[in-house]
Amino acid sequence: MKRHTLRGLTGLALAALLIGLIGCRGGGQTGAVVSEDPVEIARARGLSPADVVAAVKTYQPTGTYDEYIMFASGGHSGQVLVIGIPSMRLLKVIGVFTPEPWQGWGFSKETREVLAQGNYDGKELTWGDVHHPALSETNGDYDGQFLFVNEKANARVAVIDLRDFETKQIVKNPLSLSDHGGTFVTPNTEWVIEGGQYAAPFEGYASLDQYKEKYRGLVTFWKFDRERGRILPEQSFALELPPYWQDLCDAGKQVSEGWVFCNSFNTEMATGGVEKGNPPFEAGASQRDMDYLHVINLRKAAELVEAGRTRTIKGFKVLPLDVAAAEGVLYFIPEPKSPHGVDVSPDGNYLVVSGKLDPHATIYNFQKIQDAIANERFSGRDDYGVPILDFDAVVEAQVELGLGPLHTQFDPNGYAYTSLFLESAVVRWTLGGPWAEKHGRDPWTVVDKVSVHYNIGHLAVAEGDNVNPDGRYLVAMNKWSVDRFANVGPLLPQNFQLIDIGNPNGPMQLLYDMPIALGEPHYAQIIKADKLHPWEVYPEVGWDPTTQSRHPAATRPGEERIERRGNTVEIWMTATRSHFTPEHVEVRKGDRVIWHITNIERARDATHGFALPGYNFNLSIEPGETATIEFVADRDGVFAFYCTEFCSALHLEMAGYFLVRP
Amino acid sequence: MTWLDKIIGPRIPDSVLHRERRRFRRPTLLLGTAALLLLISIFFPYWRIRLYAPQYPGGLVAKVYVNRVEGDVQEIDGLNHYIGMRPLEEAAQLERSLSIILIVAMALLAAGAIYVHSPWAAVLSLPALLYPLIFLADLYYWLWNFGMNLDPRAPLSSSVKPFVPPLLGEGRVGQFRVVAIWDIGLWLAILASILILVGLYYHRKAYKPFYEAYVRGELA
Repeated sequence: MKRHTLRGLTGLALAALLIGLIGCRGGGQTGAVVSEDPVEIARARGLSPADVVAAVKTYQPTGTYDEYIMFASGGHSGQVLVIGIPSMRLLKVIGVFTPEPWQGWGFSKETREVLAQGNYDGKELTWGDVHHPALSETNGDYDGQFLFVNEKANARVAVIDLRDFETKQIVKNPLSLSDHGGTFVTPNTEWVIEGGQYAAPFEGYASLDQYKEKYRGLVTFWKFDRERGRILPEQSFALELPPYWQDLCDAGKQVSEGWVFCNSFNTEMATGGVEKGNPPFEAGASQRDMDYLHVINLRKAAELVEAGRTRTIKGFKVLPLDVAAAEGVLYFIPEPKSPHGVDVSPDGNYLVVSGKLDPHATIYNFQKIQDAIANERFSGRDDYGVPILDFDAVVEAQVELGLGPLHTQFDPNGYAYTSLFLESAVVRWTLGGPWAEKHGRDPWTVVDKVSVHYNIGHLAVAEGDNVNPDGRYLVAMNKWSVDRFANVGPLLPQNFQLIDIGNPNGPMQLLYDMPIALGEPHYAQIIKADKLHPWEVYPEVGWDPTTQSRHPAATRPGEERIERRGNTVEIWMTATRSHFTPEHVEVRKGDRVIWHITNIERARDATHGFALPGYNFNLSIEPGETATIEFVADRDGVFAFYCTEFCSALHLEMAGYFLVRP
Repeated sequence: MTWLDKIIGPRIPDSVLHRERRRFRRPTLLLGTAALLLLISIFFPYWRIRLYAPQYPGGLVAKVYVNRVEGDVQEIDGLNHYIGMRPLEEAAQLERSLSIILIVAMALLAAGAIYVHSPWAAVLSLPALLYPLIFLADLYYWLWNFGMNLDPRAPLSSSVKPFVPPLLGEGRVGQFRVVAIWDIGLWLAILASILILVGLYYHRKAYKPFYEAYVRGELA
């Protein structure tokens, strides 16, 4: 071809080659980055330096453990979530009010009996609206032994043993089908507090126009026996309260030990009825400027109960409202306007009430409350004869925090942290009094705010509601996630956000978003991980976790057998890698079958499952545990039972035949 | 002089004993300490094998004492049943039942050699002297026996072929790296053997002239 054409073509080829070489060099934006340099990777992923800091603060390499453990409500999944901090990894879902097949919760005879403790009048309840967990305390500090949690929908309380993270007891409140202000514990866990919510008659029926006379609120004090690890209903009692829709409670500590505080938000005693032309509850319950903070002398109440000044309703002891009002057990303090939480500061002297519909936190001074009671500084009595303390005599300060304050927690440096629902933020502010020395700044002042995504309800600070908070980490429990995560359809997860509050002088920093995909959680408790001492395996072979003692049907190797007594067949079976003994179980149709299985392993994580197809059973049997199923063999045929928890190379061979002869 | 006298040997006159105390104390101390060490060794493991695999972050261990095996025996037996090896309890049952009595007997014999001032002291000390060797030989036999006689019907018989676990040092079984060490008990027994050898040397040095004189009838 012509020379200049050849030159042109060569030039074009060279240019193409050059462009290709330049273009191929380096990472580019969306192409796969082959680099081990952290800065390169951050840049390629569009991470800011703050993002990288957040990642480094939360990443937990394999085989290393989180510093704190958070027990969070699982909301209306009915369960409790166990989450590691700072990694925000979900470590466990504890079956509490809802049957859960992975852990066999509600499928074995033993666990069904625990669940049945929460039945309402014989009716089986298969879910719960879990709200506020509370860790057991000794001298006002978390001791890592027990976890209590309430369930709002049916007014029930559960006891979870932290030696094996399993639910041991459920109590059903006989006087109420609605609770909210629970669970909270007194500083040595003598009492577990369950505050009611929606007022109703204690027993029977009454129409709404008898609201003031017949409807009542209550706060229940469940006696806890630490030795037995159980609540004792026969030693528990309820305090009858006016139908003011009590909300949240907290137990006094240090100087206020022996007292309990609950707020309320419907002292208007509105009864709704928007369909009848009445104002709806949301308006009716919010009319007045003030509702009542309930100040309860628990020590005195317990003495009166001991002395027999009670009525018994449905077999449960009730301290009547008129006795409480007359004997100095119950006092009211005005609190602005349908407030939400009442939180006691670590020294026990300040009660922080968050406004909810009022942008302030109102702080009451317990010493001043004591003085006001002693000097009878009352501004009157309510319709039920309860003395109302003079607001100005007991208030310490009011801090304007922002829109929609709900819950407050504390750190060791004299700071308080309050959630702002409407503003979708967390505000950090200073306490006053003796705390002013700790932070060295103006008391009762807002110092920092951080946005959260979105609409925060509760927050939890590490050890933040006991006498010795750690601070450092705060988890914002946000109700709405909106656009935080990839779209997974119209029902969206909630969002727990981990926030670094470790620098009192620096800004609070958002570290990590954790989607909660199984319920609307409410509150959480964060405990230092080394305070927990759970078992690795059960203490001996043949253990009943529901009684935490040897199981009567414990079966050691060599003791396996099948016994027939009339129409009942009882089986004592063992499970180990990789077989069940016996492998054949033969019965006749109509036989009643009682089947015990003992996991004889001693190695950690050597759990075996047990599924009986067609009969709807799945068990999870941990090393040493004995579990039982009981049923009538009402379907004949051949059923292959098998191990459902992958245990060994021969897991598939770990099976047997259940033969039901017609 | 009876044959028994010849075995037991002469008694050293007091005057000599006082004069050359150290010469006669030395073999006594050495043989006595050896006997004591043998007795003490009963309380310590003789041999230890550790098994390492990814699924066992801390590793597994079997500690062999003279009359029992301690450690993660149940877990190791559980793993062994997949390759067709018998439970550890079944190994060396005769040896385990007799070991303590035999060790006490050997120790007593070695101690007895202190009082026997003749070449027969060596005969009395022989069992204790050879004991570590006998232990190791017996242990090796059982390691061979258990490792080479795997049940061919075992699930993993095609993956793990018969083998001999190491007596000392590293080996591999399936996905496990195994490391065997000789533990305190065995070292005490070996030390006892050495002390016996040295003790017998000094025993001969101390008593030989007297024994020869005794046999010739020159002593009382």
